[in-house]
Amino acid sequence: MRALRERLAAGDVLVGDGAMGTMLFERGLPPGEPPETVTLGRPAVLEEIARLYLEAGADLLETNTFGGSPLKLALHGLEAETVAVNREAVRAVRRVAEGRAYVVGSCGPSGRILEPYGDVGEEEMLASFRRQMDALAAGGVDAVCVETMTDLREAALAVRAAKAAAPELPVLATMTFDPTPRGYFTIMGVSVAQAAAGLEEAGADAVGSNCGNGIEHMVAIARAFRAATRLPLVIQANAGLPKSVGGRTVYDETPAFLAERARALLDIGVAVIGGCCGTTPEHIRALRAMVDAERS
Amino acid sequence: MPPLTDLADAVIRGDHPQAGALTREAIRLAIEPKTILDDGLIAGMTVVGDRFRVHEIFLPDVLLAAKAMYAGMDELRPLLIRDGVPSLGKIVIGSVKGDLHDIGKNLVGIMLKGAGFDVIDLGHDVAPEAMVRTAKEQGAAVIGMSALLTTTMPVMGEVVSRLKAEGMGGTVRTVVGGAPVSEAFAREIGADAYAFDAGNAVDVVKTLVGRR
Repeated sequence: MRALRERLAAGDVLVGDGAMGTMLFERGLPPGEPPETVTLGRPAVLEEIARLYLEAGADLLETNTFGGSPLKLALHGLEAETVAVNREAVRAVRRVAEGRAYVVGSCGPSGRILEPYGDVGEEEMLASFRRQMDALAAGGVDAVCVETMTDLREAALAVRAAKAAAPELPVLATMTFDPTPRGYFTIMGVSVAQAAAGLEEAGADAVGSNCGNGIEHMVAIARAFRAATRLPLVIQANAGLPKSVGGRTVYDETPAFLAERARALLDIGVAVIGGCCGTTPEHIRALRAMVDAERS
Repeated sequence: MPPLTDLADAVIRGDHPQAGALTREAIRLAIEPKTILDDGLIAGMTVVGDRFRVHEIFLPDVLLAAKAMYAGMDELRPLLIRDGVPSLGKIVIGSVKGDLHDIGKNLVGIMLKGAGFDVIDLGHDVAPEAMVRTAKEQGAAVIGMSALLTTTMPVMGEVVSRLKAEGMGGTVRTVVGGAPVSEAFAREIGADAYAFDAGNAVDVVKTLVGRR
């Protein structure tokens, strides 16, 4: 398998995977339990999920390490398990990928807010991300993905931590934006142009957006990123916003809808197209088919 | 500028040393504590809430404004207690059991305090029995619940039924919110109200306690 960095440089289009959380809930993760407990107790479940996304056609398989930074794990009293949580999650996906897909270490927000707005200093947050990145790198990831970020300073610290831990690993960095009358902003007030510039400066190899409010907003966000940077773009969309219907969680956007609307991302030149909350292996299968049909 | 306009402005700018100093100055000028609260701190937070609602400002600005409001409140609280100035009402808030997300809930707390309510924030991962017990012990008028996970939303229903089982369904009202929560869901579980964001939560709670 060619290195991910070469594929990105060559302008290839890669398909990402879909949601992790909902897959874990369907497989018995109790509400309120952190997803990382599955890694410690039932890593075979992670292999099963990775296999489903691989068979659906994903080129990138993300690890179950979204909440794997020690600051975040500390909210559950699990910070002492940082190394195992990250390393074992990587190993589980590696056993499935076997050179057929890239293993991408997921890194989500710390769950804390940086000073002066919150109570964590930059050094402490950097050290926290560094511990996670060291463990992901030691586990053998092909890349890391810093995602669902809303604070640019926090995202930049995570990117820097990854680059310090393993300078050769490509770092994808994506943030989550909401529509406002003045354009797209994160809840912390970061515009797409600011995100693109700040993430690039921190050393990200590819930038973009994940989560959010559905694929139609994501297409507009991708256009804004394209105007702001030459870096490869990453777009991993939710299947709309979650709704509860009769006690069941429902996402509006079907695999066919997602794939149809995601076609526009190819014209914008997006390099990695995948799913986030609410997307299933069926969504990824639809994206794969769309990409293959358009690029053949 | 009149001292209370200055104070409101310090809150809006998120300048907490200045908000504390201007509150002390207003107290020295023998302005009624209730007036300092209403025309200084609450007036400032109302502007902050309105600007946040229309995305003119973002979370960091609100967090700094809240710090400034608290700096003023710390000066004012002993006087409000001395004068027996009642708050708009006691509100218990929390993210429900299993849910560790609390940015939205914290915003609701900031906005409610900024509107003059007495807020008891139980934090995140709060069990239904703790919410009901606290509301009972503190004589709260409203319980506000937040959930960001569809998997933790049902806990909101448990709080509502527990209140009813303990005969407090009429005295303690409930309001629910959070990204996946909807008006329809609030009705489904028998909650008294649904709030779509932190600013709206203030309006909804005011209605529930009959203050508008």
